[in-house]
Amino acid sequence: MLTFMASDSEEEVCDERTSLMSAESPPPRCCQEARQGLEDGENAAQWRSQDSEEDLDDADRYVCSGVPGQPLGLEEELTLKYGAKHVIMLFVPVTLCMIVVVATIKSVRFYTEKNGQLIYTPFTEDTPSVGQRLLNSVLNTLIMISVIVAMTIFLVVLYKYRCYKFIHGWLIMSSLMLLFLFTYIYLGEVLKTYNVAMDYPTLFLTVWNFGAVGMVCIHWKGPLVLQQAYLIMISALMALVFIKYLPEWSAWVILGAISVYDLVAVLCPKGPLRMLVETAQERNEPIFPALIYSSAMVWTVGMAKLDPSSQGALQLPYDPEMEDSYDSFGEPSYPEVFEPPLPGSPEGELEEEEERGVKLGLGDFIFYSVLVGKAAATGSGDWNTTLACFVAILIGLCLTLLLLAVFKKALPALPISITFGLIFYFSTDNLVRPFMDTLASHQLYI
Amino acid sequence: MTAAVFFGCAFIAFGPALALYIFTIATEPLRVIFLIIGAFFWLVSLLFSSLFWFMARTITDNKDGPIQKYLLILGVLVSVLIQEMFRFMYYKLLKKASEGLKSINPDETAPSMRLLAYVSGLGFGIMSGVFAFVNTLSDSLGPGTVGIHGDSPQFFLNSAFMTLVIILLHVFWGIIFFDGCEKKKWSALLVVLLTHLLVSALTFISSHYGINLVSTYIIMVLMGIWAFFVAGGSCRSLKFCLLCQDKDFLLFNQRSR
Repeated sequence: MLTFMASDSEEEVCDERTSLMSAESPPPRCCQEARQGLEDGENAAQWRSQDSEEDLDDADRYVCSGVPGQPLGLEEELTLKYGAKHVIMLFVPVTLCMIVVVATIKSVRFYTEKNGQLIYTPFTEDTPSVGQRLLNSVLNTLIMISVIVAMTIFLVVLYKYRCYKFIHGWLIMSSLMLLFLFTYIYLGEVLKTYNVAMDYPTLFLTVWNFGAVGMVCIHWKGPLVLQQAYLIMISALMALVFIKYLPEWSAWVILGAISVYDLVAVLCPKGPLRMLVETAQERNEPIFPALIYSSAMVWTVGMAKLDPSSQGALQLPYDPEMEDSYDSFGEPSYPEVFEPPLPGSPEGELEEEEERGVKLGLGDFIFYSVLVGKAAATGSGDWNTTLACFVAILIGLCLTLLLLAVFKKALPALPISITFGLIFYFSTDNLVRPFMDTLASHQLYI
Repeated sequence: MTAAVFFGCAFIAFGPALALYIFTIATEPLRVIFLIIGAFFWLVSLLFSSLFWFMARTITDNKDGPIQKYLLILGVLVSVLIQEMFRFMYYKLLKKASEGLKSINPDETAPSMRLLAYVSGLGFGIMSGVFAFVNTLSDSLGPGTVGIHGDSPQFFLNSAFMTLVIILLHVFWGIIFFDGCEKKKWSALLVVLLTHLLVSALTFISSHYGINLVSTYIIMVLMGIWAFFVAGGSCRSLKFCLLCQDKDFLLFNQRSR
């Protein structure tokens, strides 16, 4: 808490952590000193979830077709048949998150005002020369990425030594901070923007209800739709914090570096995330639901893979199947399509067809939204840039899911989308915008 | 410039496209994906057109004067060419994807080329309309007086109707274009390209709103009738549809042909 108080803004510390945490858990954790550990724990948890997914993948591959006993030949057909549905199941939440972020950026001026920087990006960008600014942003990125890598490794270590209580506590603290503190700030700014007065008792009641229901839905049980909505909200809140506190050039360089890190960490044999996944697979443990967005449609309580050792936070979609590994940011996301739990498990009432779902890490949500939000914030009131980035990210997600269907293993969800997003942001901002503006001023249509 | 103008123009320009999306595309995930890929192809074509215009401008060193106007006209015409080229490329991609899907699971009915033509046309149209109009729309929410410097006060309405006609035209062009590619009728492609050039060229005489808007709508109706017959409609099916006598003739019930 001391760290938190000492910083300029509460988000400062949170940002960094949050980003790491976000993938795993809501950012609020960041603000705390214990965040460090938490983040690592979270990262570990994330990886764990990814691991579990991979475990499940192997285990469930044989039941891929969703119906026990079906010949494997149908596996491909069902994969394809469900492939498009899975893509849409991810398009919708990603789109919603981006809409929330863009709507807030365009209307609430608080999130586009420069009000200090995170301690993870100490170098300022207010330098007179371009070279100095570029150097500062690269240094900021290096610091941020090294913190992320350190936390990831710490998380792997935590996970290896089975510090589950620590990880859970961290996750819960993070969600608390996100759901209560950040929501309170967000609500305050929105009310200020629209000049609506709200008395403290009403505010307390609103925030308390929102936060308490959120904690229950995310960490325990709740309707799937509500849980998804809360995860989208906290991803949006986290992304807004990043948009506010990351300086311009640093944000773009960080986005690029994070996708590279994601790629490396997920696919390299010695990558931390991959090691985490393998460890989780060995232990056959489930993933923390608080860090992953799950689109599983139906789930049953009597899942065979419930792990009593992993505390509390078993959520609904804690179904071992279909977990998409995605880590919060930087972590590779493993969008994976898993099949429902093994047929042998006591879920006679399982509707296997409905069990298919896809999971995407909250970190991916956050970074997609950061990219689109930054495009909206800096694009001089231009909507074309925002829309171009939005379409580019969706196409990247589509391609990633296609690769997932082809390779059937954990894949990072950030690289392709972020690359497309960055390419389209810079080209639209510099090439397309002047062309469209000139056309519009002469009222020409192409 | 009030909320009424904003909502009115937004619904004029995007209402039909939204209705088409909700009733024919939103229910099928595969169609949504092809729509977004179509929008992406249009976006890439716009990128190349802007690149061309940018390079042409840097070559002429950004001098002011009539040369800028000529460059702009050239940019518009080249952009139309590039858009149609990308439509052709999207056709090729869809053809390959269709074959791929068919080879993997021959039992499943993959979307027919006609349906993909419609979806791709709509994707192109929505992206084109949105890029053309959304900045104007967002400006209409702010303060200002339209036409205070002597321009027409119907600026927003005109832009909205123009956007609507462009979206619909893209849908019809998509259908005609893909059909021409399928049946190797290259004249159809040429007609699509020429009408697209004509519609863009008509906007050059934007001082006469009535003329270019009305003629564009006439072209749209003609293209619509041609696309209807190309897509397999006939006077009989139209009669059945209007009299609600045979629901198999409704568009979204069509299976692959």
